[in-house]
Amino acid sequence: MSATIIAPARAGEGGFLRAFASQEGLLAFAIVAVAILVGLDNARFLAVRNLSDIILGNAYIAVAAVGMSMVIVSGNIDISVGALIGVLATISGSLAVAGAPLALVWAAPLIVGVLVMMLQGAVIAYLKIPAIVVTLGMLSILKGGLISVTGGRWITDLPESFHLADIELFGILPMPVVIMVAATILAAFWMRYSARGRAIYATGGNAEAARLVGVSPQRTVVMVFALHGFFAGIAALLFATQLKVIQSTVPPNLELTVITAAVVGGVSILGGVGTVVGSTLAAVLIAEIASALVFINVSPYWIHAVQGVLILVTVVADILRRRRRLAGG
Amino acid sequence: MTDAATRAMTTGHAARAPLLSVSGIEKSFPGVRALSGVSFDVEAGEVHALLGENGAGKSTLIKIVSGVFKPDEGVIRVDGRETQLNSPDDARRAGIATIYQELLLFPELSVAENVFMGHAPRAGGGRLDWVAMRARTEELLASLDIHDLAPNRIVGTLSVGNRQRVEILRALSQDARLLIMDEPTAALTEYDVTRLFDIVRRLKSRGVGIIYISHRMDEIFALADRVTVLRDGAQVGTRRVAETSSAELVQLMVGRRIESLFPKIAAKIGAPVLEVRDLVRRPMTKSVSLTVHSGEIVGLAGLVGSGRSELAQTIFGVTPAESGAILLLGEPVQIRSPAAARALGIAYVPEDRGTQGLVRPMNVRENFSLASLAKVSRAGFIDRAAETRLAEDGVARFNVKASSLDQIVGRLSGGNQQKIVLGKWLANQPRLLILDEPTRGIDVGAKAEIHRLMSELAGAGLAILMISSELPEVLGMSDRVLVMREGRLVAEFSRTETIPEAVGAAMMGGHGAEAGRVA
Repeated sequence: MSATIIAPARAGEGGFLRAFASQEGLLAFAIVAVAILVGLDNARFLAVRNLSDIILGNAYIAVAAVGMSMVIVSGNIDISVGALIGVLATISGSLAVAGAPLALVWAAPLIVGVLVMMLQGAVIAYLKIPAIVVTLGMLSILKGGLISVTGGRWITDLPESFHLADIELFGILPMPVVIMVAATILAAFWMRYSARGRAIYATGGNAEAARLVGVSPQRTVVMVFALHGFFAGIAALLFATQLKVIQSTVPPNLELTVITAAVVGGVSILGGVGTVVGSTLAAVLIAEIASALVFINVSPYWIHAVQGVLILVTVVADILRRRRRLAGG
Repeated sequence: MTDAATRAMTTGHAARAPLLSVSGIEKSFPGVRALSGVSFDVEAGEVHALLGENGAGKSTLIKIVSGVFKPDEGVIRVDGRETQLNSPDDARRAGIATIYQELLLFPELSVAENVFMGHAPRAGGGRLDWVAMRARTEELLASLDIHDLAPNRIVGTLSVGNRQRVEILRALSQDARLLIMDEPTAALTEYDVTRLFDIVRRLKSRGVGIIYISHRMDEIFALADRVTVLRDGAQVGTRRVAETSSAELVQLMVGRRIESLFPKIAAKIGAPVLEVRDLVRRPMTKSVSLTVHSGEIVGLAGLVGSGRSELAQTIFGVTPAESGAILLLGEPVQIRSPAAARALGIAYVPEDRGTQGLVRPMNVRENFSLASLAKVSRAGFIDRAAETRLAEDGVARFNVKASSLDQIVGRLSGGNQQKIVLGKWLANQPRLLILDEPTRGIDVGAKAEIHRLMSELAGAGLAILMISSELPEVLGMSDRVLVMREGRLVAEFSRTETIPEAVGAAMMGGHGAEAGRVA
């Protein structure tokens, strides 16, 4: 038996691989670059208060994007998550106002989130209905249901104890940041090193090949959606407590911002590729740009256009990359 | 068609330049030489059959003639004039139409709309002239003596045979003078085959030239005037059908390559590993019984569509059996899923490594460990060092050429990809290995390596069931050859008694041999 022959990389491949491996590096670089450029124009942007507000106000998007990244890596998509976060926040807030025990107030959105998403995952996996259709249906149900049940009223007078976002761990670490970082690291570790995490990549990369090696793509998809629901529950708690008031209208296009974070973070819309570290960094970058627009006197409404450009650039780069990668086969 | 008529047909046009002639066609793809120096021609009113095994270059040749691929070298002449066919549209303008195996129709549209898609008759102001479209479809139908097909029928509701007729009408509506038919009878019922033959003869008498690709000897002898045999991308012979026999054609197809292949080393054949008894899974597996012993390579020969892959997938639990028994090492087992099969020590290397075997966005290491994640994991987490060792072993054992374990597999060559798919399963240390077309589409060197490996594995006591459409591979590698046809095993040959002609005849059915004798 001959020894391993490892041919040198073809020209250009090393560079491409490095760029691929460092989607996260690129995002971290962009975050710093935007801060410096905007800071040069308006030094107040760099105030600690502003920077921490950016992260505190958007940690829930990063947490939701962790789940979304898993869903997209598995070869699916979910556009119901914005509406679901609104419903879960309302459930939790209503329980808090009604005086339910704190454990229930905090557990309810997690449990309901997991159940709703598992249901969607099961319909997608076992009835083989495209995820975009199933979650579009759920989006309408949840949005319509929420506005009908609440009658458009906001929930106020939330008890102090409910305010998860106000807790500071060890007196200095704000809970939203702790949760965002912990969720990202745990999910990243699990995706990278667990057998089930690997099954998600295999299912998204080639469901038929996964099935033939004995990985059940169906079970994998249901599991991914269940986790996504769990992260949506945490996101709902952060969202509900950051403003001390729960609006029955979730921020419009919340699901799109979450999907943008995942995609800009390097998750391939074709499935099989991406990390949650990337999606969290992308969520921070998008929030940073939104805030920066105000500081450089550009209408904040431009953030949607900026998100659009980010998405298109990332997706085009992804498709070109994939084409190159597959060209050899 | 009688011999006399055949000769009259071909000699009658001999004075004119042939409808189509290609000469010295060369075509290579990365790592594979698909065609080398192929020359043939089609006269008006002639049916010229192309014969060859899978991978012999038939598809590449017809794609060149229909403008899909550009040849690297060689000249194409239409009516004696040198012609460049740079696109399917060029071919269409030159009067060449192709009917592929997968019919390219719009199922939601009507027969007339499909026939005239892209060149519909126009009324004033750019509107479609529906009346003319229907009338011309009627004319075309009448010209082929088809009376059971209405122009306004929706194509999706038609039988396969009728859909194929729509494709033929479509070609005729564009005034095609050369029709290429790629295995037109593969999916047809016997009645539809008869009608197709009738249409082909009618077209022939009208002066349309036809390139007819088929594996079925009886069809070639019933329809064709001449037959060209391809092997490994080279033209090994062109014969007048009236002057050849099916035995000679099989000989030409198979050639003398058997000796040049890596031969199977004699291994000690042990106890039965797999025993299959009366296995049924409709519609393609009809009561199959077979045994594979330890150390034995059993070759499963048959035409594409004979049910070999379906049998393999039933054994592997992809499409679990409806009845019958599977015994592994003498113990009856239930295999309801691929996961169950894997747990029992069965490995399956699927036919299409691109869609079924590899996870292309993943790297070499991750693909190698995919079937044995449980072995390299502890408490659900992958031990990266163990995984790397597994992949390194695989790379060394299979001589995979990759820049590193982190290389994305989508960019590797076909041979290296196949080695990874094979290695993925062998990392799981199976007792039974099912290989479905293990060397399809890979270069000669990688092929020889995979054959060497199969030999070694059998020597180490593994039981191997190998499906292959390449007769030399089946004959060279197998201890026993089973022949499958229409969902059943129809013949069995031991290593000492395998004769290519006999296996070929069993694959194609009795008609081929008879037709050969008559001719």
